[in-house]
Amino acid sequence: MLKSAEKILAAAVLAGVLAATGIAIADPQPAPGKAVAAKGETDKARQAVNVPAPAAAPAPAAKPIALGRPALAEEITAWNTDVRADGEGLPPGKGSVKEGEELFLQNCAQCHGEFGEGAGRWPVLAGGRGTLKSERPEKTIGSFWPYASTVYDYVHRAMPFGSNMTLSADQTYAIVAYLLNLNDLVPEDYVLSKDNFPKVDLPNEANFFDDDRETSEKAFWKKDPCMKECSGEVHVTARAQILNVTPDGEAPKGNLE
Amino acid sequence: MSETSLPPTERAPGAQPSLSRRSFLNLAGVGAGAAVAVGGRSALAAPATGEPDPNIVPVPEWTKTLGAPVNENPYGKPSVFEKDVVRREVTWLTASSQSSVSFTPLYALDSVITPNGLCFVRHHGGQAEIDPDKYRLMIHGMVDKPLVFTLEDIKRMPGRVNRAYFLECAANSGMEWRGAQLNGCQFTHGMIHNLFYTGVPLKTLLDMAGVNPKGKWVLAEGADAAVMTRSIPLEKAMNDCLVAFAMNGEALRPEQGYPVRLVVPGWEGNMWVKWLRRLKVGDQPWQQREETSKYTDLLADGRSRRFTFVMDAKSVVTSPSPQAPLKRKGPNVLSGIAWSGRGTITRVDVSLDGGRNWTTARLDGPAMPMSMTRFYLDFDWAGQELMVQSRAMDDTGYVQPTKQELRAVRGTNSIYHNNGIQTWLVRSNGETENVEVG
Ligand code: HEC
Repeated sequence: MLKSAEKILAAAVLAGVLAATGIAIADPQPAPGKAVAAKGETDKARQAVNVPAPAAAPAPAAKPIALGRPALAEEITAWNTDVRADGEGLPPGKGSVKEGEELFLQNCAQCHGEFGEGAGRWPVLAGGRGTLKSERPEKTIGSFWPYASTVYDYVHRAMPFGSNMTLSADQTYAIVAYLLNLNDLVPEDYVLSKDNFPKVDLPNEANFFDDDRETSEKAFWKKDPCMKECSGEVHVTARAQILNVTPDGEAPKGNLE
Repeated sequence: MSETSLPPTERAPGAQPSLSRRSFLNLAGVGAGAAVAVGGRSALAAPATGEPDPNIVPVPEWTKTLGAPVNENPYGKPSVFEKDVVRREVTWLTASSQSSVSFTPLYALDSVITPNGLCFVRHHGGQAEIDPDKYRLMIHGMVDKPLVFTLEDIKRMPGRVNRAYFLECAANSGMEWRGAQLNGCQFTHGMIHNLFYTGVPLKTLLDMAGVNPKGKWVLAEGADAAVMTRSIPLEKAMNDCLVAFAMNGEALRPEQGYPVRLVVPGWEGNMWVKWLRRLKVGDQPWQQREETSKYTDLLADGRSRRFTFVMDAKSVVTSPSPQAPLKRKGPNVLSGIAWSGRGTITRVDVSLDGGRNWTTARLDGPAMPMSMTRFYLDFDWAGQELMVQSRAMDDTGYVQPTKQELRAVRGTNSIYHNNGIQTWLVRSNGETENVEVG
């Protein structure tokens, strides 16, 4: 934060700039009587209201906190359905592309289309290969997803939308096999199982990398951003009114994810 | 300078807007953005001359008659004159309103804490309704003792804390990557809220279960029909995450995860799992749908950044904005919000000429780490066109980039993490539009 003297100066400079354009900035100073806290004090005041949790947490209790109870094995099994990229968590079972097709047509196609092409505005599940660099990338299991395990995990967890957690392990294997087939990743006679699952690689896996913003976007940490005459004349280049994706007649497919 | 030079408008309280010619705004039912005053009789301020103000002479009705009894609304409601200040949905954004979003009306709010009923809502499988007596939280995986807690257990736990944090959806402003689209900060920036949470540090619960030294990640899972899951680095979980049961002093609202949600300060909203039912410790991330298919940032070269958890510093002017146009010449208060997932907002600069010249705004109210900060610029408006922008800085030295700077390094397909500087064009009649400048 600027010191008061600098603040006045900055305000004066700005007032000058703005006067030229007909804008007057009202007094940026605090009302008389309301002293500005010194930086140290301000920081202390801030800290007091939002100290990080560990600092405020009490010293570890000498004896264990007598709350909660041991989780039973059956309870853990009931909720522990997650499947990891290395296949950990996959239940025993198997299913074929053929069985998957039937199940998909019955349970999924009304939203996702017979071939995973997406009905109306429902998500597209197949196709889109080679579109990721284009203006309208189509992100599907085949074109975008890094791991097939995610398909198993998610379909069992959250689909069919509105009656999730109803598919058996065999049914889920079959549907995943069908979705992989729709994406040209396994042949029509493929049978997917716990055993061959980790062998199914998705083509886009290598294109994911961990967050590196603090190095790749280091330029955004710039101590003193420009304050005056930072550019030439500024023009409006686009308006919401013109680019507006207003739902008159044909609604666009939203990209809220 | 204190005299208004634009004739004030006549505006029935709560009247529907006449400003919006655009179907989007009509659809969105924008209320506060009533017609900008050009001509018309005064209903807002004292007439300049002659006749006494009818709001003063005779004595107003509400002064002469008894008002409503104390318990008219056992759970209080806003004034009837504020009935347009509500969350709004943009129905064409999604195929289902159970997997959709309803946006915070930022344009009508002030200070730094969001009222509970106006906090944006994003569900992936509708709003779960959980009986607090039937609520259970399980901790298992790479721990010494898998445990089950009830809500009462959590409320009896030592070390309860209160913390204010913003929660921003990573897709906030996601529609704006390719250019100005939605005309109102409710829609461009309204996937954010800022609340005081009450809860216990997640560390307390993990310590009770005893985390295996090989544990590196925690899977958090919700009990809703999306059974929402996210992998969270153990370091973050042990540092400042909370298991929260109250927002702004009252029980969590159902749409915010009643009875218990996870709080992951400064990190993208999707990780703040609502209706939290399970925490599993493991030695690698689970590569769930919400961290692979979604919430990964597709760059121009076709590669995708993943685990982009931190929300970069960002700000927006909430007034004036398309739903809160300027109504009068003369003194006006420009107001906005700024936040950073990396720390505390130290400074916000405002430009009225599209980024050519900047002045440092006044921060008021608490400026806390990973919490929303309010800024003001008191200015006099002569009725000329303005291109209003704000630029946030945080205590790591990060400066909010322009949209051009952001697009130069990320392209336009990212969907998530759009923290570019927003421009509002204020026309000479006060109408305000979402624009791009260059
Ligand atoms: C009533 C419509 C509906 C039905 C039926 C349905 N889904 Fe979905 N599906 C959705 C919606 C909505 C989403 C996105 C949910 C969200 O926002 O989190 C989705 C998402 C998905 C996704 C993730 C897409 C992505 O790109 O991330 C997959 C995979 C999927 N569904 C598979 C299935 C399968 C398999 C079935 C049948 C067993 C099925 N769905 C049935 C509506 C449906």
